[in-house]
Amino acid sequence: MTDAKELLTVQGVTKAYPGVVANADISFSVGVGEIHALLGENGAGKSTLVKMIYGLVKPDSGAMTLRGAPYAPSEPRVARGLGVGMVFQHFSLFEALNVAENVALGMENPPALRDLASRITQVSADYGLPLDPSRRVGDLSAGERQRVEIIRCLLQDPKLLIMDEPTSVLTPQEVEILFKTLRQLASEGTAILYISHKLEEIRALCDAATILRRGRVVATCTPRERTAREMAELMVGAVLTPPERGTRQTWPATAPALQVADLSVASPIQFGTSLKSINFSVERGEILGIAGVAGNGQDELLLALSGELRSAPGMVHSFGVALGAKGPNARRKAGFVSAPEDRLGHAAAPDMSLIENAFLTGAIRKDLAKNGFIDWRATRDFAERVIKAYDVRTPGPLVAARALSGGNLQKFVIGRELSQSPKVVLINQPTWGVDALAAAAIRQAILDRAAEGAAVVVISQDLDELLEIADRFAVLNGGRLTVPRPVQGLTIDEIGLMMGGAHGMEVAHVHA
Amino acid sequence: MFTLEKRPMPSRFWGAATPVVAVLLTMVAGGMLFALLGKDPVVAIRTIFWDPLFGEFAWYLRGQLLVKAGPLILIAIGLSLGFRAGIWNIGAEGQYIMGAIFGASVGLAVFPTESRLIFPAMIVAGAFGGWLWGMIPAILKTRFNTNEILVSLMLVYVAERILSKAALGFLRNPEGAGFPGSRNFAQYPAAANPELITGTGMHWGVVAAFVAVIFAYVLLQRHILGFQIKLAGQAPRAARFHGINPARMMVMCLGISGALAGLAGVFEVTGPAGQISIDFNVGYGFTAIIVAFLGRLNPVGILLAGLLMALTYIGGEMASTNLGLPSAAIQAFQGMLLFFLLAVDVLTNYRIRLFAQRIAR
Repeated sequence: MTDAKELLTVQGVTKAYPGVVANADISFSVGVGEIHALLGENGAGKSTLVKMIYGLVKPDSGAMTLRGAPYAPSEPRVARGLGVGMVFQHFSLFEALNVAENVALGMENPPALRDLASRITQVSADYGLPLDPSRRVGDLSAGERQRVEIIRCLLQDPKLLIMDEPTSVLTPQEVEILFKTLRQLASEGTAILYISHKLEEIRALCDAATILRRGRVVATCTPRERTAREMAELMVGAVLTPPERGTRQTWPATAPALQVADLSVASPIQFGTSLKSINFSVERGEILGIAGVAGNGQDELLLALSGELRSAPGMVHSFGVALGAKGPNARRKAGFVSAPEDRLGHAAAPDMSLIENAFLTGAIRKDLAKNGFIDWRATRDFAERVIKAYDVRTPGPLVAARALSGGNLQKFVIGRELSQSPKVVLINQPTWGVDALAAAAIRQAILDRAAEGAAVVVISQDLDELLEIADRFAVLNGGRLTVPRPVQGLTIDEIGLMMGGAHGMEVAHVHA
Repeated sequence: MFTLEKRPMPSRFWGAATPVVAVLLTMVAGGMLFALLGKDPVVAIRTIFWDPLFGEFAWYLRGQLLVKAGPLILIAIGLSLGFRAGIWNIGAEGQYIMGAIFGASVGLAVFPTESRLIFPAMIVAGAFGGWLWGMIPAILKTRFNTNEILVSLMLVYVAERILSKAALGFLRNPEGAGFPGSRNFAQYPAAANPELITGTGMHWGVVAAFVAVIFAYVLLQRHILGFQIKLAGQAPRAARFHGINPARMMVMCLGISGALAGLAGVFEVTGPAGQISIDFNVGYGFTAIIVAFLGRLNPVGILLAGLLMALTYIGGEMASTNLGLPSAAIQAFQGMLLFFLLAVDVLTNYRIRLFAQRIAR
């Protein structure tokens, strides 16, 4: 546990970018062997702060000390030399090289590859992070790739390890392995700065937490002594109301609102995952949640359902009508709305105004064109209604989509789709990048559409979100979909198994 | 030093100011070029920009303005639709030639029949010829994913071979004493495209160019096809999400730009040029690319840019005859216009920050 000795202190650090103050007068400290959480929503300034600690960004003002000495790293190399390591959210690995080669590339003075390989084996055994140094990185799972990054840091014998959203790509079992490793490191005296917005994880792992909101420290607390709800409200600065769902109505029996039968299509994306014999159906008023680690066919499934990717006619049915060979507009006519994951460039055209972007998908269901001529007035009304109803922060509807923050654009895109009185709703990552309040509003809107009788498919990497809103749950793994199961009564362990387990590595900590 | 910082929104001011600044910079740099060639830069610039409109021979040259601007505008309007959609038809020159050959062939085939239907039939044939020549890169692109830039460009040279074959062979005037070139349409009233109002240079091709400007303006502002063209160019993935079929867009845009270039060709061959000859094409198809960009791919902008470009053509010709400037210098001068336009265009999307060292990465 923590002792009084402080490893890193940050005093009054400020960093401004053009148009936004990312960090304002931030102070906190991390003790030796402490697991310290940096908690905050997207855009709260967590990443900027740790980039300064790692020497990637220079603060405008303020000071830091490391082990009592002034600390102002000019570049990451200096930070590493002083014992600060960082594992990024997005890995910087070469897929064509093997593990040892990748580790060597990130070191200042790499030893001979054979020595390095034996050290990797040694460290991975010591810390319960099984990794074969001779395997090609391209063949590794996301969890294994993260281990490469962690071991690369551990080989430098760090005093402070920074981890940026480490669990976002991991299965529950992999998270367990990671936590055991981190606790072991902490018990040996390594301090860990753990960035996350997942509250339960922080409660399970961290000794102390600094909570950021809009670039400022709003609270420090001991996570174990607080409830997740309390911390969430500190993080958001508002009182959260959990989504409420009415009692599920029964709808007159028809053919399923969405039926997917033996759907197999090749991925149009380079290095994408082809869909292999996917089967499911969704009734009116029902929400199917589809989980899975990114890159297992989520994008392709949404493309195949929205109509961007066509299949054999019989593979997609809605109320008994075969739509598999139809394009997006025919499906919109049939009542489909869809929101792809990538908002900027896919769901919205970056340089077009919000009005034009409202027309992008609203043209058909909102009847915004007559004889091929666009009714701009009606389109503007539609855009303004979406902006208002979904609290999109923008100076006005004439603003280009790319001028909106990610979360605001997300609200606009989701609002645009959900405002079209849909019969079938298809959403990939509904709350990605939005703050907790907006996320709650979006989930509520999804539940409302279901209550009105829409069939909903939500693809998400956020398990908690799926368990909160879905009626049934399935997992995409390597382009295959597990048999959907009712959410009620499902345990986290079962979900982990559906997700493919921790890639046969569950025994890693047996000796630890 | 200085850094470029991306603007959150494209600047409206610079969007409108860019062409003006580019023209001014071209005058300055062009003046320096002419000075290095030993000519008085002020006189040269005045000869190019002022004299054709207000000088001694303006009564004649003003008419020439519309004659030159008509085909430029007509072709550039077609090209701009494709460019907006991210479809790079560089071969308008070839489509222009093929339009002229197709149109002329129809007229010459029925010579000397007199009928009111002949001229319209030639126009349709001309548009068809240009459309056909545009379809070749379109279909090769959609079927075999060839590059439309290269294919359309290379087809220009094919069209030029066909043109010389036509002038020397199948369209040669049988009463022409063996000289290359077809019959002159000026002497065949049913197929001629005369000046509509004497002294203005106005002929049916200029009328067509104005109609095309209005048509394109309405298309881009109000029609769903215009929206789709813009969307396909700006965000191809969003375009597929909207439901646009990229292959259909390719065929449509190359078809429209080919047909308009073909129209320009047939109006030219029946009017100002008068006949099919070996050197019938004078680069309108290529210059129209500059016109399209100078006009910011905007129909009204293209109208103005076409007139400006025609002015530099006429003025450039005057400068080379009156001042003895080499024609290569005039071409370099015209090229500078595009060069400066693209350079200044950066300011629409970026702002310059001097000594902006605060922005660390």
